[in-house]
Amino acid sequence: VKTTGRSILRSAVGTGGGREPTAASVTRRDAWVRRLPLLPAFVYVVLVTQIPFALTIYYSFFSWNLLKPGSFQFSGLDNYTRLLTDESLRTGVLNTVVLTFSVIVISVVLGLAIASMLNSEVFGKGLMRTLMIAPFLIMPTAGALIWKDTLLNPLFGLLPYLLTPFGLGRVDWVNRFPMATVVAVEVWRWTPFMMLIILAGLQSQNPELLEAARVDGANALQAFRRITLPLVRPFIELGALLGSLFVVQTFDSIYMLTYGGPGEDTTNLPFLLYLVAFQGFSIGQASAIGVVAVILTTIVATFALRTLFSIFQVEARR
Amino acid sequence: VIANPTAGGRFLATKVLWSVVGWLVVFVFFFPVLWMWLEALKTEPQAASSPPTIFFVPTLAEFQEVLSGDFPPFFINSAIASIGSTLLVLILGLPAAYALAIRPVKRTRDVLFFFISTRFLPFAASLVPLYLLARDLQLLDNIFALVLIYTTINLPLGVWLLRSFLLEIPPDLFEAARVDGAGFQNELLRIVVPLIAPGIAATSLICLIFSWNEFFYAVNLTSSVAATTPLFLVGFISGRGLFYAKLAAAATLSSLPVLMAGWIAQKQLIRGLTMGAVK
Repeated sequence: VKTTGRSILRSAVGTGGGREPTAASVTRRDAWVRRLPLLPAFVYVVLVTQIPFALTIYYSFFSWNLLKPGSFQFSGLDNYTRLLTDESLRTGVLNTVVLTFSVIVISVVLGLAIASMLNSEVFGKGLMRTLMIAPFLIMPTAGALIWKDTLLNPLFGLLPYLLTPFGLGRVDWVNRFPMATVVAVEVWRWTPFMMLIILAGLQSQNPELLEAARVDGANALQAFRRITLPLVRPFIELGALLGSLFVVQTFDSIYMLTYGGPGEDTTNLPFLLYLVAFQGFSIGQASAIGVVAVILTTIVATFALRTLFSIFQVEARR
Repeated sequence: VIANPTAGGRFLATKVLWSVVGWLVVFVFFFPVLWMWLEALKTEPQAASSPPTIFFVPTLAEFQEVLSGDFPPFFINSAIASIGSTLLVLILGLPAAYALAIRPVKRTRDVLFFFISTRFLPFAASLVPLYLLARDLQLLDNIFALVLIYTTINLPLGVWLLRSFLLEIPPDLFEAARVDGAGFQNELLRIVVPLIAPGIAATSLICLIFSWNEFFYAVNLTSSVAATTPLFLVGFISGRGLFYAKLAAAATLSSLPVLMAGWIAQKQLIRGLTMGAVK
């Protein structure tokens, strides 16, 4: 069952196919001919990503405030020790984890439910799918503002008005439940992403298998747990991991909805870095935050890449 | 022909039930977009009224207001940044993808790994040095800086995606071309480009989505001359119920290119978002 699920995944990396050159057939000149088309892209990516990152690490060992000329001074691990004792970083890390985890879990669950619905017999599937992906395509800054001003605003918003009969009218959602609001807006945006990936998994399923299970007396829930779920598992993993790499970097909606507040209630790592670098102009301190963000993201990314490659390789071995 | 009428009836009842549930859910998700459109078609007093205005005579006045105001330069900047960076991604990415798919170099896997790992390096990792560099090179508030940065963001995705399309071309085609003595450039232009036109379209779409909607670098590296559409929307943050219709019209216009492109190319969307892993 598992391999059929992966049958729609592209064949690819490394071991597959007969196109890998053998060492003997590749002369030195040929090797360069092969490498040459790769070089411009390679050099470009190294220049614009690796060198700035190296500089970030370098700056993180200096005390440097942009507004104070001549303040560029080596300070060893000061920026890091300050981060360890600083409340802001702990809050930032915690907020990042809470935001990412809630958004991914909720949007995967909703995405799975909606994808299952779109994969069953319903009227107007195509149109449903089309409308469903709209939140993902809307510019995040625009989406966040529409939510904040026209839907959630306690005076003129639609939601407080609709909730008035339930005694919840005039609730200032953004200020009273800032993190929940950011999570809700991000879930709204990422559920379609999860839905698309999981739907692709469901559609690769052989309907005869489900039919056979039903003939064998399995009810819908059993069939879903035993047959469908194992099949779409790699798709769910892929969606969750790719999604978390994006959600970890959430900035737009926080900037538009809460500006990290009230207090530091919704300040995640990217937003903290923005505040330290562009409101406080502490380049050294901001760089140290950048390094911490990279370490955290690398942990997630390692898992994501492993999943991506395992999916590719299952296909390549077939 | 349904042999058993009760079974057929039950099937239809289930279908109707699930359709109703499904459409309710879809409506909830789509509603904010619909509401944005409705607000954009109202007058300002209608848009910021309590209780909210549900029935009204639509007007395009706010769209006119936005388009005749200071919005167009922002839109043009977004277009330059997105189209410019997408072209650069294709120019740099196509040869690279070719080198990784058709005539693989040694350690292809490591190279692919390296490319994609740079996409997942947080923006936070390079913002400060890029800002300082842009400042020293007089590139702050210059759209060219955004073109270069968006190229970086999209290049790894582009290489992976284009490679996944190239792998689908039957190797025999290249053998034939090589027997004819076609050089690399010739091979790339005569065989590869026409065959992976859909792949090029999918790649452009994904690049467009990410660069058009990008905000983090835009807000930190530009201010007025090179500011892109998301920055136009920042101007509405402090709005106290006075500019809702104008805000909704601006939000609608800002989102339009990506929404249209995404809707037209729905199939390519999944493949692009998963870097070619899911077809």
